[in-house]
Amino acid sequence: MTTTTPDTTPTTTPATTPATTPAGNEADLRTTAARLPRHLLSAADLDRDAAIEVLDTAERIDQAIAGREVRKLPTLRGRTVVNLFFEDSTRTRISFEVAAKRLSADVINFSAKGSSVSKGESLKDTALTLQAMGADAVVCRHSASGAPHRLAGWVSGSVVNAGDGTHEHPTQALLDAFTLRRHLVGRDRSAGAGLDGRHVVIVGDVLHSRVARSNVLLLSTLGTSVTLVAPPTLLPVGVESWPCGISYHLDAALAGADAVMMLRVQRERMDGAFFPTVREYTRGYGLDLRRRSLIADDGIVMHPGPMNRGVEIAPAVADGDGSVITEQVANGVTVRMAVLYLLLSGSDGGAA
Amino acid sequence: MEPERPRLTGTSAASIPAASGDLFESPPRSSANTAVILSAADIGRTVDRIAHQILESVGDAETILVGIPRRGVPLARRLADRMGTFSGTRPDVGSLDITLYRDDLRGRPPRPLEETRLPDSGVDGLVVVLVDDVLYSGRTIRAAMDALRDHGRPAAIRLAVLVDRGHRQLPIRADYVGKNIPTAFGDDVAVRLAETDGFDAVHVVRAA
Repeated sequence: MTTTTPDTTPTTTPATTPATTPAGNEADLRTTAARLPRHLLSAADLDRDAAIEVLDTAERIDQAIAGREVRKLPTLRGRTVVNLFFEDSTRTRISFEVAAKRLSADVINFSAKGSSVSKGESLKDTALTLQAMGADAVVCRHSASGAPHRLAGWVSGSVVNAGDGTHEHPTQALLDAFTLRRHLVGRDRSAGAGLDGRHVVIVGDVLHSRVARSNVLLLSTLGTSVTLVAPPTLLPVGVESWPCGISYHLDAALAGADAVMMLRVQRERMDGAFFPTVREYTRGYGLDLRRRSLIADDGIVMHPGPMNRGVEIAPAVADGDGSVITEQVANGVTVRMAVLYLLLSGSDGGAA
Repeated sequence: MEPERPRLTGTSAASIPAASGDLFESPPRSSANTAVILSAADIGRTVDRIAHQILESVGDAETILVGIPRRGVPLARRLADRMGTFSGTRPDVGSLDITLYRDDLRGRPPRPLEETRLPDSGVDGLVVVLVDDVLYSGRTIRAAMDALRDHGRPAAIRLAVLVDRGHRQLPIRADYVGKNIPTAFGDDVAVRLAETDGFDAVHVVRAA
């Protein structure tokens, strides 16, 4: 045995008895990612560590495939992801499909239209069918709030909520947080960072918006203050207990905000008279160029899509400086890849 | 709860405190079951030698050193610095995270991803020297070669490691080896570098 004392070392107390647990050849500083819950049903399921892990992972995945000819990773080879969509959706379904395919998972698209659901099959029987087919993850969109929660009790794979009624849409909140972090913190300084001390204004149809609810939960977890702005008729009962501020006056709320997120006026859910006319809504709560100028100089404009141009957002704003709406769509794929990686890579395959 | 993660960007070699629960928090001394294989000075000389060897064998070919996180990246940077000193031109340094290419992702908790940074122009036609701290089963290098193939078509791929501890599970060998260390299967080879751990050392903890 040689006794060698390295000569260029910081003066720390020498280790007395080194631990003898063999750790293979990898004594890395951090070998395990922050754990996500088995299912991603609500933005509230993510604590700060888990949320930041998703955002950091997305950033790394983006680095790994940026500028490459082959934009595909072998990570989830042999895994099956089922897109179970009971409600119309283009961008979310395609986004999940692209994300799963870029990770080499097999993707099965299942939409209620043209399936046995239209013959009267129940959600539970559909779930058991998927279970029997060996789905490792089920991405579920449903018009009933809580449907993914029920589904999670019936299948052994991971369930990802891709929007349930007027309840939640956690991956949208994650991609919004990812987009915010890139712009407000900066790509190079973002690793491990939250969105502390920032101010985001969310405007529009909060009552019917699962995006708003998930964003309020996630952004407050990440240290951002959120203000909801809507006419009183479009705010849900109990909103005062949410971790956010509430205002009825858009101009005042926008002053100095780091970001403004416009919500779509969901005409398909408007079964009552929530405001007198669309024109009046636009006057009070639409984002035009004048209002755009009220937010911080480097502030950004967001919209989860699809947009009603001329209703909640003026075309000149949607296509103008600081609008990150198309970037949100691109980031959606990356963030969903991160979610699928973190949910599926560690598991043994639920449907084994 | 998570300590601030060390950043491998930038050239500062500021010491970063090792995570709690890590094997050593300061340079170890040889004891009944721990053998110091390379001291800080030994590591410096070894890096110099490998730098010379790489220069000798790649000649004028355009070369990039690609480190495998974590500790391959500071090693690649040191090699590039030395090659720059010896030859006058410092080769580019990249970093390639292979986590998404691993073959053992199932059945264990998800791993955090590390930095990937390769030139925007790609790696086509370059001599890529992969740099890692320990060569063991060879599976990491297999994954790195798969990842490189998705990035482009290098003229050649070479492998430089600080320590080869044997026990290969794949037909892979290193072109440049700092030190061969015969080990038993249960031994633990720990490479510590100033950039990630605050000090330089290589030691072996023998299986009890």
